[in-house]
Amino acid sequence: MADYNVMELMICTAARELEDGASVGVGTGAPCAAAMLAQKLYSPSLTILFEAGGAAPLIPEMPISVGDSRTTWKAIMASGMCEIMETACRGLLDYTFLGGAQIDMYGNLNSTRIGPDHQKPKVRFPGSGGANDFASFCWRMMVMTPQDPKRFAEKCQFITTPGWLEGGDSRAKSGLPLGAGPYKIITNMAVMDFEPESKRMRIIAINPGYSEKDVQDNCGFELLKAKNIVENKPPTVEELTILREQVDPYRYVIGR
Amino acid sequence: MNVIAQGSGKVFADPDADKARAFFRKKNRKLVSKLMTVKEAVEKFVHDGDYLCIGGFGANRIPAAVCHEILRQGRKNMAFAGHTSTHDFQILCAGEVFNRLDVAYIVGLEARGLSVGARRYMESGKVEVSEWTNYSLSVRFKAAAAGVSFYPARNMMGTDTFKYSGAKIIECPFTGTKYTAMPAIYPDVSALHVHEADIYGNCRIRGITVSDLDVARASKHLIITCERLISNEEIRREPSLTVIPYWCVDAVCEVPYGSYPGNMYGEYFSDEDHLREWLKVEENPEEFKKFLDKNIYSCKNHFEYIEKNGGLERLQVLRQKEMMFTGARS
Repeated sequence: MADYNVMELMICTAARELEDGASVGVGTGAPCAAAMLAQKLYSPSLTILFEAGGAAPLIPEMPISVGDSRTTWKAIMASGMCEIMETACRGLLDYTFLGGAQIDMYGNLNSTRIGPDHQKPKVRFPGSGGANDFASFCWRMMVMTPQDPKRFAEKCQFITTPGWLEGGDSRAKSGLPLGAGPYKIITNMAVMDFEPESKRMRIIAINPGYSEKDVQDNCGFELLKAKNIVENKPPTVEELTILREQVDPYRYVIGR
Repeated sequence: MNVIAQGSGKVFADPDADKARAFFRKKNRKLVSKLMTVKEAVEKFVHDGDYLCIGGFGANRIPAAVCHEILRQGRKNMAFAGHTSTHDFQILCAGEVFNRLDVAYIVGLEARGLSVGARRYMESGKVEVSEWTNYSLSVRFKAAAAGVSFYPARNMMGTDTFKYSGAKIIECPFTGTKYTAMPAIYPDVSALHVHEADIYGNCRIRGITVSDLDVARASKHLIITCERLISNEEIRREPSLTVIPYWCVDAVCEVPYGSYPGNMYGEYFSDEDHLREWLKVEENPEEFKKFLDKNIYSCKNHFEYIEKNGGLERLQVLRQKEMMFTGARS
């Protein structure tokens, strides 16, 4: 088995979710690395879109910003925010990867603040950016994040970005586009999906070296468990080689 | 129209379309030269208390010279559109320029990390905030650009982002579908950096346009900084390249390398070393004050700022990075 670190494992796991012919809205960092790896290895016609307007580039190296010129390198189109988000709202974007300081059992995300006073927060984070937009519009939202009980919180102090909201049919009733929502949560320890009725987070695969107990102990709420929890496949030598040599040679993301 | 729910956040810019029309009716449509310095443009068009928007995307194609000049002239109590704002936001926070803020993306510099200085200002309680999203602010400008007072969108519903926004949820009169009604923003003044403009303000942009084409049309006053001036004959030779027409524009300032330390598509990459230094020095307020004196307050203009940070030699390196002759992180 190849040696790999947690970030490499999450990126390789995420890349396998992006099938050829699909479209994905990504930010910088790990999500972009996953999309680039998928494009080079499994999905040559994966369409990668950036919220600032970059559409279907052949990314030469990891962008630093979702609006920098690498996001339009050999692209199909250099457009704008409305073009990308409207493409998503029309139903043409399959996947997106998002993150946050907190995530709850329904996949809701907090990237706005910690502390009760909105006008004078204890910690101020960036806010939604394009996250609320992508999560509202893209069919399947995924999260790649290291797992700990503070981040996987019983309740988000602020719901910046919609997951399944309060579970059940609450998202459908909210007015958000029907049929879209959180799909998979990829952590250093496990892969989770959402139980179809309750829309609660559920373990479906566990990474090599971890147990169900590790996953639950590092989560601030009770996780559901799938009937057949499988062991997640570790990164292959081929995945790691392309990730290290072509996607992120400066170890900008995988070196974290 | 029936309002199903509404956020508790304030709407800092008047969305009234007829008031905007009354303003635009008086706006000059003559083909006259608007050439001036950045200093003159800020003196003339940026006022205390105004609603301000900065174009580009954080550290990509930003009018950095205008941001610096706003600090040098000590503008205060402004409202600001925190739309895809990263390094521009960091500069404006350093000058405590605004006290009302529409938040979409603030305090972060994307993968580079969070700005301690911007966070300090945002956690001080001095700024009144309404929450939005990047697309929400895009369509608020789009509504204004279309001369209407709101735009229906399908995001924000069900979240605290909506609860702390100034948006309202309404029902489509045709289908009954719920929409978030986003109030138009007609900024008092905006500044954009473009690749080429003529003296009248006809502009060309290469690469992504973010929300700039709508911002240009939504704004009551518009300051353009450009990498280079081109002739009106050149504009008329190929009108399909014009993305902003002169009647939107109030000031044209030629500022070569005007997005520095940000990226400019096809021209130069962002100066990551300088941006890293900026993030680092913010951690120590006294050092940061000296840093601002050196890089903003004691500078006459953008040339002097660039000179202090490596000048032409540095710009050559950034140009090579942009062209992919060398990697961005090499």
